Amino acid sequence: MHIRFSLESQCLIVEMHGELDHHSAESARIKIDNKIEEYGVNKVIFDFSGVNFMDSSGIGVIIGRYKKLKDYDGKVAVVNLKPQIRKIFELSGLFKILNEYSNSNEALLNL
Amino acid sequence: MFRNEMKLEFKSISENESFARVVVAAFASQLDPTLEELSDVKTAVSEAVTNAIIHGYENGEGQVTLRCEIEDRKLIIEISDNGKGIEDVELARQPLYTSRPELERSGMGFTVMETFMDSLEVESEIGKGTKIKMTKTFKSV
Repeated sequence: MHIRFSLESQCLIVEMHGELDHHSAESARIKIDNKIEEYGVNKVIFDFSGVNFMDSSGIGVIIGRYKKLKDYDGKVAVVNLKPQIRKIFELSGLFKILNEYSNSNEALLNL
Repeated sequence: MFRNEMKLEFKSISENESFARVVVAAFASQLDPTLEELSDVKTAVSEAVTNAIIHGYENGEGQVTLRCEIEDRKLIIEISDNGKGIEDVELARQPLYTSRPELERSGMGFTVMETFMDSLEVESEIGKGTKIKMTKTFKSV
């Protein structure tokens, strides 16, 4: 999985490309945590536009970052979910703790 | 009745999670599934293989066996390991339950399999291993 990071209005945008499963989750988690620390941010937007597959390992990655940022009054949002990925989010009840927006601009306005 | 069958054995490493789901998708494609049906199957296979690797073999050495059968429009998938087995299958199948909270797992693996497939059976014996059997019937196009 390839991840592109950008910083906008004190918010880290994590643009993921590829498949998010148990195999790729390990390294994705480390890369994302390193960037959160490097930038010292407490708001993260996960952009799924380039993710063509995700299983429940991806849920673990998002919940893990959410818990980490919650200690710093942080917030997490997800954007550009494909229907199959949204299904897994719904199943896990993740929308109870974070919001989905149609794109990162909309998420930036609401975070 | 139309029948087909395949069997594959692979090493218990995380690189093979994507390999396994692509193989099953390729095998299932002869039934002309919809993209959504194919996606459901791939996700369920990914969960079962990940469980075998993380929980069955606890990221150690082992072989995972994948067996698929087609009966008309029904796809039957069996994923088995010879790992440590599940102590309490009922508990393991509960949504959000994870036996290894330190790994940042969501505990949703079995729930995803149950939701995305038509049926799910779990056979497990401590010290012997675990066999997951899932079926899905593809709608006629």
